[in-house]
Amino acid sequence: MKILSHLGKYMIMLFEVFRRPTKRIVLKELIMKEIDDLIIGSIGITAFISFFMGAVVALQTSLNLDNPLIPKSLIGFAVRQSIILEFAPTVISIIMAGKVGSYITSSIGTMNVTEQIDALKVMGINPLNYLVFPKIIAMLFYPLLIAIIMFVGVLGGFVAAVWGNLVSAQDFIIGLQDAFVPYHVVYAFIKTMVFGMILATIPSYHGFYMKGGALEVGQAATTSFVWTCVAIIVANYLLTTLLL
Amino acid sequence: MIEIKGLHKSFGGEVILDGIDAQFKRGRTNMIIGSSGSGKSVFLKNMLGLFKPDAGEIIYDGERLSEMDDDRQKELRENMGMLFQHSALFDSMTVEENVMFPLRMFTKMRRKERVERANDILQRVNLENLNKKMPSEISGGQQKRVALARAVVNKPKFLFCDEPNSGLDPKTATIIDNLIQELTHEANITTVIISHDMNSVLEIGETIIFLKDGGIAWVGTNKEIFKTENEAVTDFVYSSELFRKVRIAQNKGL
Repeated sequence: MKILSHLGKYMIMLFEVFRRPTKRIVLKELIMKEIDDLIIGSIGITAFISFFMGAVVALQTSLNLDNPLIPKSLIGFAVRQSIILEFAPTVISIIMAGKVGSYITSSIGTMNVTEQIDALKVMGINPLNYLVFPKIIAMLFYPLLIAIIMFVGVLGGFVAAVWGNLVSAQDFIIGLQDAFVPYHVVYAFIKTMVFGMILATIPSYHGFYMKGGALEVGQAATTSFVWTCVAIIVANYLLTTLLL
Repeated sequence: MIEIKGLHKSFGGEVILDGIDAQFKRGRTNMIIGSSGSGKSVFLKNMLGLFKPDAGEIIYDGERLSEMDDDRQKELRENMGMLFQHSALFDSMTVEENVMFPLRMFTKMRRKERVERANDILQRVNLENLNKKMPSEISGGQQKRVALARAVVNKPKFLFCDEPNSGLDPKTATIIDNLIQELTHEANITTVIISHDMNSVLEIGETIIFLKDGGIAWVGTNKEIFKTENEAVTDFVYSSELFRKVRIAQNKGL
């Protein structure tokens, strides 16, 4: 019952986010700030993780290739498939739930406990539109981040495989192009869009409706991370069932 | 003017406000006092529309809050200023940006005009050199003054202050009190202040409403509060040793 109540409240929040919009010029600035905080600010760490993840996938595939009948180009194929299908959209979204999700919950939660949200309400500003809407719009640019992550992940696999003499550059590229299905990229970006919405709204919900003080802000950030991950994993399964 | 008629509010069966009737006049500092848990903050939050009353009416200049549509409520709120107990300044903005915020949201002023107006009001609260500081870089008293500047920068008709000088040293508290009173008289604002600070009550309490157990136990002025025989008020006022001594001195004609 409690979950249903949260779900209902979450849906009402989503509806409220689009009501009584804030002045357009102010929203524009807020959106730019959120793009900077949520997307551009995440490029460094996610690219770093992705580069080494691609490298590890290349190494592990190579170590398991002991059959001489299997071509070495499979390393490029494995790197491409794992990065595009799962690592870039899903695993990076879980990392983002920790980085961006906690930031969203704690910043909105702190505004909540320090009466800053009440201050917005008293001024007649819809706090959900002011705080959450710019985050939703900023997360529409999330696929751009994931595109960068895909490129960097594959690059990491290429560098590790070629530098480590596991495969020649030519074979790696052959594997990379082998049996390429463009729809897989579309599928990955559809997932990314859904995960982006989850990343913007579930942490906002936990921050906005939390009650208590500083300790509860920390608890809300943890709860928000758990539920964001659960939502991403379940959505990943459902979307894979529907789209592939 | 703000009128309150038959205001009721309960939480989980516990009655917090039990049929409050009150009037807050324009151009006066109206104070709501009472001990902790007497319902002061709930009263204020009902007036601000942050809580919905179980029964009763809140009437702003003859217009019922409950009958206002979203647009009208927005208009009303543009004419409200609020000084929160913990200032509630926006952490991500500088002092100047905080003060300019209502102007930015509700007026068509150009940036230059907004900056000028914000600086004028910051000067008024003696904080002209802190424009570019973040709220975390200034003291609690300075934060209160910035919050007061933000509350009045848009020339509101109604000003609400929740414990404006709690946690401040006596000198800063007096500065804040005097500023509130001056601004109230200058701009003919309907000011409602929640406090349990007796110094503040005596300094600027032009109308005082004493709340007890969810109801109004006494209404008067700062001149009358020392003379009243109302037991609830005397218990509250003379809980301080200083005020007991003042009363003894008054009784002795000193």
